[in-house]
Order: sequence, then C-alpha cells, then structure tokens
Amino acid sequence: MALSIKALPKKKYVLPGNAACPGCPEAIGLKYVGMALGDRAILVIPAGCTSVIQGLAPGSGLSFPIANVPFASSDAVAAGLSAAIDARGEDGVIVVWAGDGGTADIGFATLSGAAERGDNVIHVCVDNEAYMNTGIQRSSLTPYGAWTTTTWTGKREGKKEMPLIMLMHRVPYVATASIAYPTDFIEKLRRAADMKGFKYIHLHAPCPVGWRFNPSKTVEVARLAVQTGMWILFEAINGRVRISPFSLPYKDRKRRKPLEDYLKVQGRFRGIGREDIERIKSMIDDAWNTLLKFT
Amino acid sequence: MIKPLTGNYAAAWGARLARVGVVSAYPITPQTTIVEKLAEFIERGEMDARIIRVESEHSALSAAWGAALGGVRAFTATASHGLLYMHEMLWWAAGSRIPLVMAVVTRTIGPPWNIWTDHSDIMGQRDTGWLIMMSEHNQEVLDSIIQMFKISEDPKVFLPGIVGLDGFILSHTTEPVDIPDQDVVDRFLPERRQPYILKPGDPLIMGNIPSDLRDNVKMRWDIHRSQERAKGVIRDVDREWAKLTGRSYGGLVERYRCDNAKYHIIGMGAWVGDMKEAVDILRDMGYGIGLVKVRYVRPFPGEEIAETLASSKGVIVFDRSVSPGSAGPLYLDVLSHAYIHGVRVPIQNVLAGIAGIDVGYDDIIGGVTMFINALEEGRWPLPSKIQWYFGGGEWWP
Ligand SMILES: Cc1ncc(C[n+]2csc(CCOP(=O)(O)OP(=O)(O)O)c2C)c(N)n1
Ligand code: SF4
Repeated sequence: MALSIKALPKKKYVLPGNAACPGCPEAIGLKYVGMALGDRAILVIPAGCTSVIQGLAPGSGLSFPIANVPFASSDAVAAGLSAAIDARGEDGVIVVWAGDGGTADIGFATLSGAAERGDNVIHVCVDNEAYMNTGIQRSSLTPYGAWTTTTWTGKREGKKEMPLIMLMHRVPYVATASIAYPTDFIEKLRRAADMKGFKYIHLHAPCPVGWRFNPSKTVEVARLAVQTGMWILFEAINGRVRISPFSLPYKDRKRRKPLEDYLKVQGRFRGIGREDIERIKSMIDDAWNTLLKFT
Repeated sequence: MIKPLTGNYAAAWGARLARVGVVSAYPITPQTTIVEKLAEFIERGEMDARIIRVESEHSALSAAWGAALGGVRAFTATASHGLLYMHEMLWWAAGSRIPLVMAVVTRTIGPPWNIWTDHSDIMGQRDTGWLIMMSEHNQEVLDSIIQMFKISEDPKVFLPGIVGLDGFILSHTTEPVDIPDQDVVDRFLPERRQPYILKPGDPLIMGNIPSDLRDNVKMRWDIHRSQERAKGVIRDVDREWAKLTGRSYGGLVERYRCDNAKYHIIGMGAWVGDMKEAVDILRDMGYGIGLVKVRYVRPFPGEEIAETLASSKGVIVFDRSVSPGSAGPLYLDVLSHAYIHGVRVPIQNVLAGIAGIDVGYDDIIGGVTMFINALEEGRWPLPSKIQWYFGGGEWWP
C-alpha cells in the first residue's frame, strides 16, 4: 500500500513568503506535515528556526494553527491543548514541532514528562543537529567530530540516542524519519495520528547553513545519511522495533555507501582526521547493533 | 453552607465552583494541599475536570495555559521557587491575553530553604502583566478565585490573574468559610470568554515575530491599558458579588477606620488582620489612625491610595519583601503614586515579616508608635525612612 505523493491533498501549508533559507529542511518537513495531517494539525512551536520560518506577523508563511511557545514548554503546552480539544470534542492532532535543542536539551524534561503521562500528542524532533536559530551552536544531538560555533575543532562527544530514550519511555509509537523520504515520513505521521497517547517521530533534517553544504543538496545529504547507515529509519509500535524499508538494505554493512561520501559533502566535517572517521564508523555499527537488539 | 476550611481548601473550592475544566500543577509546600484536594474532587467525580500531573511548575503553567488557549477554563497553583520557575511562562500567558487563574501561596525564596511566608515570590511577578491580588482570610481566598475568573475573562481585561494567600497563616489554618451554592456562582460567572481559541482548521498564529515593532509596543501598551480598565471591572465584580452573597471587599482596597484618621497604615495579606487589631488598640490609646488594606497589587490602586493619603499627616507602609538596593515594593508603589497625584506626606517603610518572621499586632503597634511619636516630636525622619524589623523588638537602623 505504497503512498503516492500525487494522491496527497493539494492544499499548501507552507506558503510563498515564508522566511526559510534556501534548501531549508524544516520548511520541507513542514510541507509533509501539511500533506499528512491537513486541517487536523495544530502546531506547537518552541524557539528555533521555525519561529522565523513562519514569517512576520500579522502575515504568515504557514497556514497551520500555531502556538509559538517558550523554548522549554512545548510538550506541556501541547498536553494542555490536547486536554482542551478532548474536552471540547474537536478532531485535532496536536503536533509539537521542535528542534534538537527544544527536544533533547532544554525541552527534555518537559518531553519526558508528557511521554511518561501519555499525553495525546505527536512530538516531531526536527533534527538539524545544532542550535541553528542562534547561529550553529552544538547540541546533545550534534554528531561526533562536527564543527559548530561552540566546538571549533569538532565536537568530542557523540550524539544522544534520542529515539531509543523515547522507546524506553514505553510510549505507543516511536519512529525515525528523514526529509529525503517523504512517503515514509507521511505514513509515519498518519500512523501516529491514528494512535492515542504520546508519539515521537525523530526527523533527520540536514541544514545547508549549519552543515556547510550547497543548498541544492539538502535532500541528497539526507539520503546519504540513510545510505551510509549514519541515520537509521525505523518504527516501533508498542515497543516492537521494525527497520523501515528504506533503511533495510543498510542493515548489511557491505551494502552501505562509504561514510566518506556523506562526510565530504559537508563543510562541518572538514577538520576531522582518519581516526575520527574510523571512530564514527564504529559508532554507526554500535547504533545498528543496539537497535537490532530491539527488533 | 458554612464549613471549616483551610486557605488551600478554600482555593480548591473556588476553582471547583468556577467549573474549571483543566487543572495542572506541581507540588510545593505550602501549596500542595490545593492540588491534592482538586485531585480528590476530580477522582470522586465531584468536579468535571481533567487533571494534568506535570513534572515541573514551568510545565504546570504551560499546560494550564495550553488548555486555556484551547478554550477551556484552567487553573494552577504554586509558591516560592515554583513561581520563580514559572516566571517565563507568566510573561507568555499575559502577552497572549488568554484568561487563566493561579493561586500563589506565598513563601520565602532560598537560600536557605525556608517554607514560611513572605511576599518575595508574588512581588517578583509585578511586571509580568498578570492581575495580582492578596487575600486577608480564607473566605476572601474562595471568593477571590471565583471573582478572578470573572475579571480575567472580561473582554475589557483579558489578562490572567493571581490570587495570593499567605503560606501557613492562611493556607494551613482552618477558618469557617461560607461555600456559596453552585447556582449562585453559575449566575455570577458567565460562560467562558476569551479573545481567541486555537482550534483545528483555523490557521491562527499566536506569537510569531512582528514585522513592525510598534505592534509589539502596542501589545505591551494594551496590557497596561487593560490593567487600568480592570480597576472598574474589579469594583463592579465586587459589588455584584456583594449583592449575591452579602460580602464586599471594597474592590482594589479596603479602608479600615480611615474616617477622620490623621495617620495611616498600609499593608496587604494575612497580617492585615493583625493590623486591624493594632488600629483598634491604637485608637483606644488615642492615636487617630486608619488602615488601607491593599487587595490588588496589579492594577495598583494609585488613585484610591492618593485620595486617602491626601488628608494624611503620616503613612507607614509594611512590606513583607524587599528589593535589595532599593526598598519594599509596596512602599515604592505607594510613594510613586502619591507623587504622581501630587500628594506630599511623610511615608515610612517598615520591612517586616521577611523570611516568615512572626509579626503580631504588638510589633505593629511598636513600629507605628515609634513613627508617630517621631513625627509629632519633630524627629522624623527616623535614622532612615526605610527600617528593618527582625522581630522580638529588634529594629535596624
Ligand atoms: C529559555 C531560552 N534560552 C535560550 C533561547 C535562545 N534560543 C532560541 S532558539 C535556540 C536554539 C534552537 O535550536 P534547536 O532547538 O536545535 O532548533 P533550530 O533553531 O535548530 O531549529 C536558542 C538557544 C531562548 N529562546 N529561550
Ligand atoms: S539555518 Fe538551516 S534549519 Fe534554520 S532556516 Fe536556515 S536552512 Fe532552515
């Protein structure tokens, strides 16, 4: 039952005049949220690039109902909104659209609280692997070796395993997605929207500005992340992990594209040496091995 | 129905009678029993509401505000460090103009850890845009919560509001409280009104970046204007409540024995009860003194206070918190508004009851007589116009 993009609603939720940079992955992701959920979606957006992408009031470059909220508050606001929608008997899907900072760092306690309570919310972590809105500072989701404006010689720590951390909250739905695979992301959003309780989708979102690549290559970089095994698409319904079809071939490390293909298109990895590359490769193997234990 | 209730239970009853639809809170002494009571009401099916048992106060206000944004009457409660932790959300809630009510059970701020009352927490929220009031007794707590929903949801106001009550002195002290009948409250409190509701299919955006900074300053200006307009609403609501229940609190201030008073005490919160006792005794002693009880800190009743002080020969303002490097916040407001209205009168500040130091009517009498005697003997100002009281008769300077 493959989903065809052509069959999706034509209504546009990301409008001309939005303030995204060229090649912005967050704008691409938002388009797919519109296609997946249409008029049912209400977005809760903490501080981050999407605060800007919306464009300037009183106008707007997005046509969702949106609550812009303080950085650390999103999932709690979403919990309140979802209680209100329930009390008023409306058919809505509350989506938190938060960056890696808003998810894994400052927003982490709030997210964990909502997940543990099972609030009826979809949390999408749009992961561009740094604080882009404030000018490319490292986050706990910045990968090992990456340059940022607070890690000039490359980050010395690895990336926090957010999807697995959410899996361990035993929420009904956890998935990863990538802006390079729209049908996969849209299907996952729809599946999440049909379930009650807390749902977490982690969307890999390469950012040309922060990762230092040509803005025409956003989708290509995102696809390379999957093809090199660096980003694994999976889905877990009620704790049962299933590797998603687009990632399945890369379970076999021999079928993965060389990691260097992914690293060399990005300026942020320019400074890393051979040893670092080997280290990242072993991190990739680790990530696969850990994840496959849950399948 | 008259029942013995603690201040916290009175607050919970207020929220219940106001038909709150969503409660969201995080425990902190001395607020805890408000949420416990509400959880009990809800779990017993006596209150038709949802409760969100959040993991922090930042989230407590976020969730309550989210529910209110979604069109449901919402309530939260906190104290002290919890209120400080929420501070960011207080600004967001007021700026969004979404009506909402919160009980603040006042408590000292650490370090050191200290659970007793002072007003540092609530006074630290003065600039957020919230309506802020302090109660004197448990009946006033219950009545004020119901009233605050009506004021907050009035289109002339559309601002969130805090009902304050002193930790332990009210929160954990039982007093007889009249719980009004539900149909009395239903007649008083109309269906919820709010400026907008975030709902599916309506692409309304709250809080994105303004293209013109004048729009932003006008939003702030409009909060200020609505605070001013709230004064009339607060007075009307007080009168309407009085018609239904026979209880009036005077709106923004209550004047106690101010007729032909020569001197005035100004204070707010639970110790106003002790101040009233002090006034009675001082009157018996021959001092021509009256009391202005400040109910609302925001909007600040500048007009009423200036009007009362216009004929005063001396005023003593008791503050239960301090802005180090300046003075007591209530004093500063009294001073400015007296000045704005052209009233020139000696005004003394006493910083007392800070850190929960017990202050009784005798301590108040001590401070007041010291001030009046100094004035009458031409020794005022005392060594300083801002005096600290450490309890047990110890003053500085
Ligand atoms: C409490 C608070 N601290 C800091 C900021 C400043 N700030 C705004 S956005 C941002 C980073 C956002 O990063 P992320 O969540 O990864 O989203 P992105 O901008 O990459 O989309 C920071 C640090 C803020 N708005 N609020
Ligand atoms: S910095 Fe990156 S994520 Fe942010 S708007 Fe620009 S392209 Fe998008």
